[in-house]
Amino acid sequence: MLRFILTRLSILIPTFIGVTLLTFAMIRLIPGDPIELLVGERGLDPARHAKLRAEMGLDRPVLEQYWHYLTGVLQGDLGKSIVTKQPVVDEFFTLFPATVELSICAMLFAVALGIPAGILAAVRRGSVFDHSVMGAALTGYSMPIFWWGLLLIILFSGILGWTPVSGRISLLYFFEPVTGFMLIDSWLSGESGAFKSAVRHLILPTVVLGTIPLAVIARQTRSAMLEVLHEDYVRTARAKGLAPWRVIGFHALRNALIPVITVIGLQVGVLFGGAVLTETIFSWPGIGKWIIDSIHRRDYPSVQGGILLIATTVIIINLLVDLVYGLINPRIRHRR
Amino acid sequence: MPLLEIDNLSVTFGGLRAVDGLDLSIDEGEVLGIVGESGSGKSVAMLAVMGLIAFPGVVRANAVRFNGRELTGLNKRERRNLTGKDIAMIFQEPMTSLNPCFTVGFQITETLKVHEGGTRNTRRERALELLSQVGIPDPERRLNSFPHQLSGGMNQRVMIAIAIACRPKLLIADEPTTALDVTIQAQILQLLLGLQREYGMALVLITHDMGVVAETAQRVSVMYAGQLVEERAAGALFTHPRHPYTHALLDALPERGRDRPRLPTIPGVVPGLYDRPSGCLFNPRCASAQADCTERVPPIESGNRGRVRCWHPLREDAVGA
Amino acid sequence: MNETAQSMSGLESAQAPPHPLREFWNYFRLNRGAVAGLTFVALVVFVALFADIIAPHDPHEQYRDHFLEPPVWEESGTWEFPLGTDAVGRDILTRILHGSRYSLVIGFIVVTLSLTVGIALGLLAAFFRGSFEALVMRAMDIMLSMPSLLLAVVIVAILGPGLFNAMLAISVTYLPHLVRLTRAAAITELSKDYVVASKVSGARMPRLMVITVLPNCMAPLIVQATLSFSNAILDAAALGFLGLGAQPPTPEWGTMLAEAREFVLRAWWVVTFPGVAILLTVLALNLFGDGLRDALDPKLKR
Repeated sequence: MLRFILTRLSILIPTFIGVTLLTFAMIRLIPGDPIELLVGERGLDPARHAKLRAEMGLDRPVLEQYWHYLTGVLQGDLGKSIVTKQPVVDEFFTLFPATVELSICAMLFAVALGIPAGILAAVRRGSVFDHSVMGAALTGYSMPIFWWGLLLIILFSGILGWTPVSGRISLLYFFEPVTGFMLIDSWLSGESGAFKSAVRHLILPTVVLGTIPLAVIARQTRSAMLEVLHEDYVRTARAKGLAPWRVIGFHALRNALIPVITVIGLQVGVLFGGAVLTETIFSWPGIGKWIIDSIHRRDYPSVQGGILLIATTVIIINLLVDLVYGLINPRIRHRR
Repeated sequence: MPLLEIDNLSVTFGGLRAVDGLDLSIDEGEVLGIVGESGSGKSVAMLAVMGLIAFPGVVRANAVRFNGRELTGLNKRERRNLTGKDIAMIFQEPMTSLNPCFTVGFQITETLKVHEGGTRNTRRERALELLSQVGIPDPERRLNSFPHQLSGGMNQRVMIAIAIACRPKLLIADEPTTALDVTIQAQILQLLLGLQREYGMALVLITHDMGVVAETAQRVSVMYAGQLVEERAAGALFTHPRHPYTHALLDALPERGRDRPRLPTIPGVVPGLYDRPSGCLFNPRCASAQADCTERVPPIESGNRGRVRCWHPLREDAVGA
Repeated sequence: MNETAQSMSGLESAQAPPHPLREFWNYFRLNRGAVAGLTFVALVVFVALFADIIAPHDPHEQYRDHFLEPPVWEESGTWEFPLGTDAVGRDILTRILHGSRYSLVIGFIVVTLSLTVGIALGLLAAFFRGSFEALVMRAMDIMLSMPSLLLAVVIVAILGPGLFNAMLAISVTYLPHLVRLTRAAAITELSKDYVVASKVSGARMPRLMVITVLPNCMAPLIVQATLSFSNAILDAAALGFLGLGAQPPTPEWGTMLAEAREFVLRAWWVVTFPGVAILLTVLALNLFGDGLRDALDPKLKR
């Protein structure tokens, strides 16, 4: 197992270096003068330009510049936002919990519905239930989620008036963030109704962001279960006199989960991409909306730093998924 | 009173009759061999006894009595309480028949937990005892092994340990040695027979290998295309087969073909869904088929020396040893 | 596998083995969803080709007296604007019909671009194992560590917003899967006897790559291409929605949604219909793609 972790880690480091190369190059690839881009001013006078150039080290050889950038990144220095003049790292980690909270809820929603739906569809293969689940899954998979979000707003906020249109919590409530997770903070604040308000704000974004993972997980669970249900060991389990729920929900599912976990891991990246759209629709103050706003404001240090941090997060999550995969699949764990 | 008595069992999948009107009985402590080519319905019949035929398969029988109890009337739960406890089964492919995600120890104790309860410790003790009974060295360590860490022979021993965990009265072994190396085959057979005597179980040995049956069974049933074609005591069957199919099977044994230049074979294959012949199901492949064989289905005829389903059975002295 | 396929089509073609395309079609048409998908895609193509003739209005014409008119079945709707008008009085039906052109062109260009580059890189990586392969595959890993929509957003941020840049960006994000797929398939094929035979008989590298190996890797690539086609439509619409793709007043479906966003609670039809168009087109392509995969996958043929 240790060896397994080490191999994974050894792939991770070059990938991280590659990402820093990419973000480093990004600023230099944007048409226009990199100094003006990084300072956020146009038409700098030559004296100031030269001074800034020296300050930023842009007069040095590219390799040295990169080394400077990389060591800065490793010490947590990702530059300052042009708009707010705050360190990019601080901005990122203020907004990050909002995106994480939304992503976790969306993933829980997708897993909690997708796995049971996939199992039932596989067990009742060919039934009306199976066909409807698979039809719904394909529709979900084909869904433009930014439109899906607007549609849900029309229905639940406009016509029914059940859910708020935007934000994380009603403006009536204010309290200092403790964890950054609104569900926990509102609970801790002790204000009556705050937690309920946070939940109501979270429902639509969760459904919207969870739709595509839900569809993918349901499809994958069904096909993995169908494959596993024909295996000899499922027959053995039944020959032991086990109850059907134990044969299906334990012996078969345990094996079917192996590919499903892989797919769930792959969906994490999809989730961060979808967060950009979901947060834009619901004015959710998270990383996705921040990146898009930064692009529109031409706040390139923020874009650069944000992309690097998101990519790093995805890399770390992929590593964790690999480890979980090793944990649940004994055949991988013992491979040398 | 026989331990297991099957009266007119049929199993159908859609239009396919996998088992067709099978009568069979087995006494306590007896070893019965069921022989036939693949597709002859021998495994399906025993899966039906286990209650393991799933949709779209349909099982019908006048009666299936086990230990004096009628199985066809039981509800699913009562049926499950017998399966794996009083009637157990082991399968052909040991490498795929064990769940790859669970340890050997877990898979053995699971059966004990479901049928006998007991404490964690008693179950563990019993699992250790079982592992050494089936001849697995270092059982303490093997308890925590996963199936993929063991060889095929070892896995089959584990399967046997699971099957005999609750001291079943009847053990069904479905081609238990087919997937194993030749050197291991004999060991596993000896183990099964040893355990059968030790536990006083009845043992049904399903195989397509006449040689295996010759070494083990007291009585042999020969099946063809879902039907029983001959049943006799093992010795008599081997020296004086009465059904031409049995005769052909025995003739195809390499041991018997030593002084012949070429091993005889049975032409053709077992009929499937669409090519069932009229009359006797074996007639297209039968060396001694006559005109009436294609017209009417032969009934099974019981005599004091066994049963045979044939219009023109071979005389007992036709083929000497 | 061949036998069953033959017996399936054997009714019409007697004993001769059917042409591979015919065999494929015989299998494909059994899948009702796939046929429905194909039919709808054909409809979209037809609409795109003849949008000028079919559409009742000009997509850019602003009718000053008809701002935010509801569709015909609503109380104040008229047949003049069957699906209503948007905030500046343009006919929504017309714009949706014209939008099909953009979606099809986007899908086509993205698939062509990414397939060409992806296959080339994948084949080269499979043929020149070693440092070149490592470099390419590492680069693909890096791209995969970024959520694909976010990567596209970044590339557009570098290149500047616009439909063409959006297509370029989306093509780049599809590269990793195509490269991996091609490389894996090519490596499998390379170890087979027919390739060895071809090598022994003196085939040169380019011929070996393109004529001997590539055709045998095509099945998974074709399936991936149809899925990329539908994904490209979705992603381009998403970029349009974020203001990074096609710019207003282009009647591209995602851009139309972006313009309609502020009317979400006032004029549902402005928001609803472009999205329905995206959903149905993508759904049809995915149904078609699923059918294609099943018909091409010999493992599933029974």
